[in-house]
Amino acid sequence: MATQDVIARSATTTPSPSVRQQEDVAKLIDTSLCIGCKACQVACMEWNEVRDEIGSTVGVYDNPDDLSADSWTVMRFAEHENAEGDLEWLIRKDGCMHCAEPGCLEACPSPGAIIQYANGIVDFNQDDCIGCGYCITGCPFDVPRISDKDNKAYKCTLCSDRVNVGLEPACVKTCPTGAIVFGSKDAMKEHADGRITDLRSRGFDNAGLYDPDGVGGTHVMYVLHHADKARLYSGLPQNPSISPLVGAWKGLTKPLAMLAMGATALAGFFHYVRVGPNRTEEDADDVEEVLPPVDERDDHHDADRGGQ
Amino acid sequence: MKRDIQRYTANERSSHWGVALLFILAALSGLALFHPALFWLSHLFGGGPWTRILHPFIGVAMGLLFALMAWRFAGRNRIKAHDRQWLAQWRDVVTNREDDLPRVGKYNAGQKLLFWTLIVSMLVLLLTGIVIWRAYFSGAFAVGLIRFASLLHAFAAFVLISSIIVHIYAAIWVKGSVGAMLYGKVSHAWARKHHGLWYDEVRKKER
Repeated sequence: MATQDVIARSATTTPSPSVRQQEDVAKLIDTSLCIGCKACQVACMEWNEVRDEIGSTVGVYDNPDDLSADSWTVMRFAEHENAEGDLEWLIRKDGCMHCAEPGCLEACPSPGAIIQYANGIVDFNQDDCIGCGYCITGCPFDVPRISDKDNKAYKCTLCSDRVNVGLEPACVKTCPTGAIVFGSKDAMKEHADGRITDLRSRGFDNAGLYDPDGVGGTHVMYVLHHADKARLYSGLPQNPSISPLVGAWKGLTKPLAMLAMGATALAGFFHYVRVGPNRTEEDADDVEEVLPPVDERDDHHDADRGGQ
Repeated sequence: MKRDIQRYTANERSSHWGVALLFILAALSGLALFHPALFWLSHLFGGGPWTRILHPFIGVAMGLLFALMAWRFAGRNRIKAHDRQWLAQWRDVVTNREDDLPRVGKYNAGQKLLFWTLIVSMLVLLLTGIVIWRAYFSGAFAVGLIRFASLLHAFAAFVLISSIIVHIYAAIWVKGSVGAMLYGKVSHAWARKHHGLWYDEVRKKER
């Protein structure tokens, strides 16, 4: 069956098949409920059948210490000393945010290698990936990774294969504390409201939902105790957006440059048509005059170097 | 009939056409990655992944060969007073009213401008190209720099390709130029008409 629920397709300038209307889905990660057990990491590996190389500990709980082509989600552990001098352990499950305006998709040069579905999931189609890494350049969250094995880009799929058949993502299913929940985006916002009210009643005055407008909102959202200081959570950007450099590179320059190059060639063609070629009339004197032949070997003495 | 004048040696011609061929390959593979409308060009290189693999190597080869050629041609491409005058009279240039123009050396101001534009754009392409070469180098650079380099790479490529379009058209427009670069020879009349000062120089040497 053809996919009829594609909102956007990388490197494609005409609309994609998109008649099917689907409800926006979202995964909500409540950092205040996360205990850092990493069951989500394990579930992700299990369901997606990816196994990262065994690394070594870097002195903190982060393990592996970064996302990779085989680790599509990692827990990032940040120790924060609050104003009262108490320690807060801010644990954030990192991975693709499934932006409504995905920088990866904007940057990708290969038609169809990145697809955004009507339900909001942004998925990589590795069959069409050429391995250039532009998605990494475009991503405001530093999420995609190129595999050393096959030079294809990988990241969290939001378990699109599970979601397509009505299941929740593997990490959601396994989370033992209910810190990760999944449903329609509206339902998840409503759920978050309840959690935020609860957190505020417990003294977290700045608790809030992370669903950044700069990328059109995301389909992976966080409940943060300190929504005003997203950076505390291992560098989560406060106001992420597609970099204006990427916007310029992939936006205006493309059609303008194409137009300008085409116009340059056309200008030449019409110059030829209107003004015509510049021909040299051979002089009769040149025919009669006898000159010693120009010795070609002279050129090897660098006769044409230096000033004029 | 008088023997034609040698304008380019076999080595100069070879390096020019070497750079030209590499430019065509680099431009086609680069354009494939630049705009979706041209992604089909990637088929010329064996598909998307091969285009991605080959493009930077072609680019580096072009840059190196161009550097050799530029080293050889640089001395002849210094902008002089008569070049500024020539440029100021660009209207006479494009309307073939060459008799009113100041006499120029081996290269006219247009060719010299092209030369320096190529130097700058090739250098920018090489440096930014290394930064965005994901397979080997991008890991060493901050993402902000990679973004800036990506934009600059596209812009420099645009300048280079546009300049080469002008270069190719000028060769088609001014009859005798293509022959000069293919066989190395130009007629006396051609040299006198287009590059008077250079012609005097060549004649002086002949005597």
